[in-house]
Amino acid sequence: MNHIVEMVDIRKEFPGVVACDDITFKVKKGEIHALLGENGAGKSTLMNILFGLYQQDSGSIYLRGDKVSITNPNIANDLGIGMVHQHFKLVHNFTVTENIILGLEPTKAFMINTRSAFARISDLSKQYGLNVDPDALISDISVGMQQRVEILKMLYRDAEILIFDEPTAVLTPQEVQEMMKIMRGLIDEGKTIILITHKLREIMAIADRCTVIRWGKVVGTVNTEDTSEEKLAEMMVGRKVLFELNKKEAHPRKEILSIEELSVSGSAGRKGLKNFTLGVRCGEIVGLAGIDGNGQKELVEAIIGLRKADSGRIMLGDEDISTLSIRERIETGLAHIPEDRHKHGLVLDYTVQENMILKTYYREPYSSKGLLDWSFIYEHAENVIRDFDIRAGEGADSLARSLSGGNQQKAIVGREIDSNPDLLIAVQPTRGLDVGAIEYIHQRLLEQRDQGKAVFMISLELDEILDLSDRIAVIYNGELVDIVDADKTDENEIGLMMAGGKRGVAT
Amino acid sequence: MKTKVRVKKDLYMSLFAVLLGLIAGAILMTATGNNPFDGFYFLFRGGLMNIERIGNTLATATPLIFAGLSVAFAFKTGLFNIGGAGQMLIGGLCATAIGLTFDWPKPILLSVILVAALIGGALWASLPGLLKARFNVHEVVSTIMMNWIAYWTVFYLVPQYFKGPFLETESQRIPAAASLKVPWLTSLFDGSYINLGIFLAVVFVAIIAFILERTTLGYELKAVGYNRDAAEAAGISVNRNIIFSMSIAGALAGLGGATFYVGFASNMQIGVLPAQGFDGIAVALLGANSPWGVFLAALFFGLLHTGKGFMNAMTSIPPEIADTIIATIIYFAATSVLIERNWDKINKIRLDFMIRKREAEQLEADSGGE
Ligand SMILES: Nc1ncnc2c1ncn2[C@@H]1O[C@H](COP(=O)(O)OP(=O)(O)OP(=O)(O)O)[C@@H](O)[C@H]1O
Ligand SMILES: [Mg+2]
Repeated sequence: MNHIVEMVDIRKEFPGVVACDDITFKVKKGEIHALLGENGAGKSTLMNILFGLYQQDSGSIYLRGDKVSITNPNIANDLGIGMVHQHFKLVHNFTVTENIILGLEPTKAFMINTRSAFARISDLSKQYGLNVDPDALISDISVGMQQRVEILKMLYRDAEILIFDEPTAVLTPQEVQEMMKIMRGLIDEGKTIILITHKLREIMAIADRCTVIRWGKVVGTVNTEDTSEEKLAEMMVGRKVLFELNKKEAHPRKEILSIEELSVSGSAGRKGLKNFTLGVRCGEIVGLAGIDGNGQKELVEAIIGLRKADSGRIMLGDEDISTLSIRERIETGLAHIPEDRHKHGLVLDYTVQENMILKTYYREPYSSKGLLDWSFIYEHAENVIRDFDIRAGEGADSLARSLSGGNQQKAIVGREIDSNPDLLIAVQPTRGLDVGAIEYIHQRLLEQRDQGKAVFMISLELDEILDLSDRIAVIYNGELVDIVDADKTDENEIGLMMAGGKRGVAT
Repeated sequence: MKTKVRVKKDLYMSLFAVLLGLIAGAILMTATGNNPFDGFYFLFRGGLMNIERIGNTLATATPLIFAGLSVAFAFKTGLFNIGGAGQMLIGGLCATAIGLTFDWPKPILLSVILVAALIGGALWASLPGLLKARFNVHEVVSTIMMNWIAYWTVFYLVPQYFKGPFLETESQRIPAAASLKVPWLTSLFDGSYINLGIFLAVVFVAIIAFILERTTLGYELKAVGYNRDAAEAAGISVNRNIIFSMSIAGALAGLGGATFYVGFASNMQIGVLPAQGFDGIAVALLGANSPWGVFLAALFFGLLHTGKGFMNAMTSIPPEIADTIIATIIYFAATSVLIERNWDKINKIRLDFMIRKREAEQLEADSGGE
């Protein structure tokens, strides 16, 4: 067989966990090979080994038939392997060109030829239809663009085997479509792609084969032609996944969040929020749909207190919270699952137990008279870990940094839901989670609602909005387009409204 | 569990840096035609050979412990306190001024002196903290400026109000009642410089370790240091913590100043910034920013400083070799830790530099052609 990559009996242990348990994984030249598995199954670890970031404890790697030892990413580069990581590795105040040539600059003459690099990057960008401006600063471009920069980085290094670790988790649905097109283009140019994703639909749409791993072991490799989303999910989780929520009828009561005529200015290059009015009632889930960059970020930041409102009021219960500090808002009963888990959600150098008390450390029973009660904090963290199935090698003592991406997300979601808030602002709550975990988190959000709490969910995934919400608000250009009952609308109507068309007005 | 693993790794790194520093010292000694075994023998003997010298080693280490603790504490909040020297000066100035002004019984006088030094240092450092919190002025710049303000403050105030009997450039000697030296300790250590400061240092190392590990204050400070954005989003007041952290760091350095000017020494020289303020950075680095690590690192540096004179007397090895060893240790400690952590930043600076250079050359070439 014409295998370009063969990883045989790869084993990798971390303290308290076998991340890769004698995994054998083979990729054919020119295919898109998906890697599927639950959060913490060992996908990123396996690929980090192939890319030379980690060393396997045992097992061997063959590339184009030859045994190789990939002890660092430079060797991987030389061997034609490139990787786009789950969390990007770009330097923010660098330009695209600088980021791409970073680490490559010819040190011989102690001089870099930025001009020729620039030209080559422009060419590559055109050849693969990436549409990247080589002169733009990373901090000024969208996440989708940043990802293309990561792709360019691989292409610039003449990579043939391209590893994508959850590339679509951070993309808008439109960007996902474009991404798929780009991937097909790469295959046409003779590249080979290994794709990690939790989205079964994408696997079915674009991959040729799929290898499923569970708890560090290979469950099997299947041709996507011979399988279905249901079968893949079952292979991965080890039980039937319902794909259907147990959603009772909502019994909304009084309004808990009232946003009144709120105007917020946007950060550089982004639209702000204009006279935005919206109410969320106890006992309901309101979903906010919209294309990324239409004011969602500003709205969320204004509610939680990271950004000042120019005018208008934000009422939580009977209290105007728009002038309160962030902590005072939290104490009024507000919780928040942030969009960027590494920036706003976790202290990566803190352990899981330390992260669990990030908003409550100063309160009884976590501390008293300024002294932390570590044994209580530990117990509490272990409970959340159990409830939300957070997989971490050393339990509450694991550094947040050592958790897999999905488990980091579960830790944040667990912390916020566990605080049992009156109002939960959930931004992309299931980003990076496997189907089983998504099912569980959705169930927990519904449970909150059924207990009479309110959930305000902001998501770019239309499916998630439609499945979970009781009412759907649509934002466009910083303004509320309309708010509709979820059972009286459909994907098409929401889609039109997301483009700015009013309900019923659409032709 | 996890913390133990980390501590172990830091310990190995530091010991490794020390080892490399000693090897570099040995090479230098050999290269200058000396026997390194003799050199090290006398170096360590100089710091440890009798009870008096051990006392001196401890006394030399005392201000270093405080200065190192100050840097390490600020660093936990992500702040780089280069102002240790200035804060020490102000602490020393407060201590000296009170010691020379009031004629109280020793226990009372010493207590007031220490409190004054602590408050003086804290206030001095709170200013850069305030500037950072309010106006985002980088603390490296403002603490260095504060060092010079402290330098000139002492320069003018000491000759003006506390002039010594013989020299314009130093203050009067403080009375015995105002000194951290106590007869029983001095005689126990055969007349060495050792003073109550070393006990104070141990107490503060323990207090700081306790604050960092067990209190909500320490939890907040570290959260801000590790991830400002997440701390802020969680409702922690970043600005308040920055001011707090700088003030505590300043208080520690201020106390260090007291242990130096009214403990180790008994008067103040004008026109010098105490070197310990800067050595504190090295101590914190070698001690991996952990309080007890700082303690051990300061003792080690104290030993080298005390022993180098003896080494020089007994061999023909210049005392600068000891300084070189210290410098090499710092170098290895710094490179192993910092390079790993700041690889991206270092790369950026390098790249920026090269791009600039390239552009400049291009410009030169262009204009030259016209
Ligand atoms: N550097 C590390 N130190 C300790 N444990 C680690 C480290 N990296 C990964 N692990 C552990 O190894 C296991 C596998 O992690 P990995 O990141 O490979 O999961 P994954 O399959 O990519 O999951 P996800 O879908 O959530 O990204 C996890 O239990 C994780 O906690
Ligand atoms: Mg992963």
